[in-house]
Amino acid sequence: MSFSLYKAFARLIVLAMVVVAAGVFLWRHFESGSPAPLPTAKADNSLESGLVGVNIAFRKAWAEAGIEPAPEADPLTLARRLSLALTGAPPSLEEIRRLEALPQGSDPVTAWLDHLFSDRRSADYLAERFARAFVGVETGPFLVYRRRRLVNWIGDQLESNRAYDAIVRDLVTAEGLWTTRPETNFITVTLEQGGDKKGPDEMKLAGRTSRAFLGLSLDCMQCHDDMFGDRWKQSDFHQMASFFAQADMSLTGIHENRKKTYETRYLGKTDAVEVPPVVPYGSSFFDEGGNRRQQLARWITHPENAPFARAAVNRTWAILFGKPLADPVDNLPVDGPFPPGLEELAVEFTASGYDLRHLIRLIAGSDPFRRESRSGDPDKPITPEQEAGWAAFPVTPLRPEQVAGAVIQASTLQALDSHTHILQKFRRFNETQGFVKRYGDLGEKEFSGESGTIPQRLLLMNGKLVRDRTGQNPLMNASTRLSKCSPTDEAAIKAAFLAAFTRYPLPAEMEYFVASLADSKGDSRDRALTDLCWALINATEFSWNR
Amino acid sequence: MKPLPFPDCGSPCHASAWSRRRLLKGSVLTGIGWLTPLAQHLARSSEQSNKRPKSVIILWMEGGISQLDSFDPHPGKTIAHGAKAITTAAKNIQFGEGLPLTAELANDFAVLRSVTSKEGDHSRATYNVKTGYRPFPNLVHPSIGSIVCHGLPQADGNSRDLPSHISILPGGFPARGGYLGARYDAFQTSDPVKPIPDVSASTNGERQQRRLDSLGILEKTFSTGRLPNLESERTLHRTSVESAQRLMSSEQLAAFDVSVLPVAERESFGDSPFGRGCLAAIRLIESGVRCVEVTLRGWDTHIDNAEGQASQLAILDPALSALIRGLKARDLYEDTILLVATEFGRTPKLNLTEGRDHWPHGFSMLLGGGGLRAGIAVGETDPTGEKTDPAGAVRVEDVHTTILRRLGIDTSEEVITPIGRPIKISEGRVIQELV
Repeated sequence: MSFSLYKAFARLIVLAMVVVAAGVFLWRHFESGSPAPLPTAKADNSLESGLVGVNIAFRKAWAEAGIEPAPEADPLTLARRLSLALTGAPPSLEEIRRLEALPQGSDPVTAWLDHLFSDRRSADYLAERFARAFVGVETGPFLVYRRRRLVNWIGDQLESNRAYDAIVRDLVTAEGLWTTRPETNFITVTLEQGGDKKGPDEMKLAGRTSRAFLGLSLDCMQCHDDMFGDRWKQSDFHQMASFFAQADMSLTGIHENRKKTYETRYLGKTDAVEVPPVVPYGSSFFDEGGNRRQQLARWITHPENAPFARAAVNRTWAILFGKPLADPVDNLPVDGPFPPGLEELAVEFTASGYDLRHLIRLIAGSDPFRRESRSGDPDKPITPEQEAGWAAFPVTPLRPEQVAGAVIQASTLQALDSHTHILQKFRRFNETQGFVKRYGDLGEKEFSGESGTIPQRLLLMNGKLVRDRTGQNPLMNASTRLSKCSPTDEAAIKAAFLAAFTRYPLPAEMEYFVASLADSKGDSRDRALTDLCWALINATEFSWNR
Repeated sequence: MKPLPFPDCGSPCHASAWSRRRLLKGSVLTGIGWLTPLAQHLARSSEQSNKRPKSVIILWMEGGISQLDSFDPHPGKTIAHGAKAITTAAKNIQFGEGLPLTAELANDFAVLRSVTSKEGDHSRATYNVKTGYRPFPNLVHPSIGSIVCHGLPQADGNSRDLPSHISILPGGFPARGGYLGARYDAFQTSDPVKPIPDVSASTNGERQQRRLDSLGILEKTFSTGRLPNLESERTLHRTSVESAQRLMSSEQLAAFDVSVLPVAERESFGDSPFGRGCLAAIRLIESGVRCVEVTLRGWDTHIDNAEGQASQLAILDPALSALIRGLKARDLYEDTILLVATEFGRTPKLNLTEGRDHWPHGFSMLLGGGGLRAGIAVGETDPTGEKTDPAGAVRVEDVHTTILRRLGIDTSEEVITPIGRPIKISEGRVIQELV
């Protein structure tokens, strides 16, 4: 913004003033340590025009690296990816039929996102994913922390498509009781019980804020200057923590207490000193109105604060792809270099008024999201360079609750959405909880997933959820329904593949499974279909995103 | 004001601040002869000549056992609030009255009465005590059992089907492999009288084989056109299926079965899942498992502390004492380090509901076996309950370092974490009173 002003000013005066203006700008930039600014947004903020810039960035990178992009993924594959990312489960058979009934020429991504955004499941699932970044998965302090309320509140904001910057400002500046003002739980989760500390923990809040909202891991600077670069000092972290120093706790909940100060003892010093609130960079767009947390919130969400948009883009990308555009998700360089697409998406996100749905549509519409994870030629498989450069969709493990959601959804056939009966939702909740506990929850480090452990494999081969959902039970599993409702073996096999893999069987697969069902009738046919469902659920394709 | 928690803030950055490499470099510059490679080699050889324990049993008291009712009573003081103490076999050491059987064996372990941490929340404190590090945003640290399995792998040729790391009755926070990898996660199982979860196939052999054949068809399709090393380096599907199959049919699973033991021995552990878990732990250690964790829940006594603690102590006392006796009877006690741990202690003051809240400023653990010094109490807590800095304070990470070093694991060795930063396996100090 300041750069634009100086430039306009220079145009109006004389050429010499341009030099002066540029000098002033550079001086301010240097003094405040501003991050690399985002490129200027275009006047046209439509999805199509936004995608042009994003796709150009990737295609340019592929061309420069000599990478051939993988073929375009089919609509069912795209729908599976989107449903897993936004609801934690693949599309149901019923939903797949709806997708297939779309008029010819419709864009499947647009249509499927319209469908998913209209379902509260998406808001709830995304709320949980974002909550992991905002407050982690800790049980938190007794009584004064209500995580469920916070997640529901985030879900409400997402359902109404409230701007992301407004959500973040509410979290940082929250005041009141953790029950009636759920956003205050962002603050109360840091309250320490049984320790020396009274009131919210400034350091935990500073660490969380820098990682979740700015994509910067300033936590290491808690104890010392940055040992792996000269960018950050210990004072940067503590000066940021000082913005939370006046957050206090009383019977009326969280409020600001302007008498409170923040002190720390810097490494190598013997005495503690009072630390003022100072932003770690970008002082040119910091303004001092209001209390400390309001000042910080305005600065975090200021349009010139490029790391804010980049962090949101990187996390949203990770939710959709299973891995972030820049890894790790919360340790982006403040001055670059950035991977192709990140800046372009951040610009579009900012220009949209921090519209998360717009951002999701942009990412889902981008060339990388629409790539296959396999090549079209079996003799020329996907290369590591293609995958690393996003020229092929990355194969990543599903999160534990996505695997559980997939098992439950695949065996239900109808969509388990916001219209599902409460008892069925309750059963799904309990089953998911039990499964995730044994499979191993990744907590807030949700993009560092590993798979292939023996307990995980045993759980899928013999666990209660899979056993219950594939066994002989006409009300609650797919295999029995397939057996009863499919007129032919081919129809049953197709339906099983669609429910489990969101794709039709290949000719070789169809041939094999038709042969396995041949001559089976009654109970033996039921058993054969149960075995088919078991094999589908235990296949790599089921528990990996592709 | 709050003093900076250096050097135990949990940051992986510290490892690089004073790494072994830097120390070695410094020693060269300052001419310290005892850090020469020869001296290091001699010291290591000498160390290795001593017999090392090779297994760990952790009894995890989930919720926060009250030190005042168990291993650190202050009878007659205000903070006892009526809790009584009994003498033990160890000189000048008293236990709460709920531990009569364990008291008889007090010369077989040491009591750490001055353990301190900075975490008062269940999940954070559990993470802290199980890993030796405070929660750190970018990194999941491995639990001590995972470190042991990583640091003491099974010898080549010693084919084992059983997992090396097992958590019986895992509670809310089962031990995790963290940055060492999910393969070091504890295998979770429940009350030993119940079937081992997930190891029984729901079909017979022939049908199971048909299922596996179908799986092979699907895997072949999936791999076509995808990254050539996808299975071998990422999904590990075939390996995990084969390992799972082997475990499902392994005779070594019998180690979980405590029903084959004499009734008298079983009864000595008490009629509880936890007691049976302790008995299974002995058999698993005997079978070569590196680390077994057994959890006893129910210690979070915010309401009516006295009754809540007493009921749990009645479960712990027979199980713990029988466990020690059982290990000794099988000649396993010197080969096994036993740790009784909890996330924090409980407040010296009672709250309005006669409960005790969370207290990380001086709580108790028990450490025995493995050739560690026994029959002693380390540290003292304030009998008035006012002070938050117990005499002879032991930090959580000190307990870790003591155990790992005793097992022969070099805690100063750095590993590169997934976030690209070096970190030491443990950053504590050896508790000198125990060695």
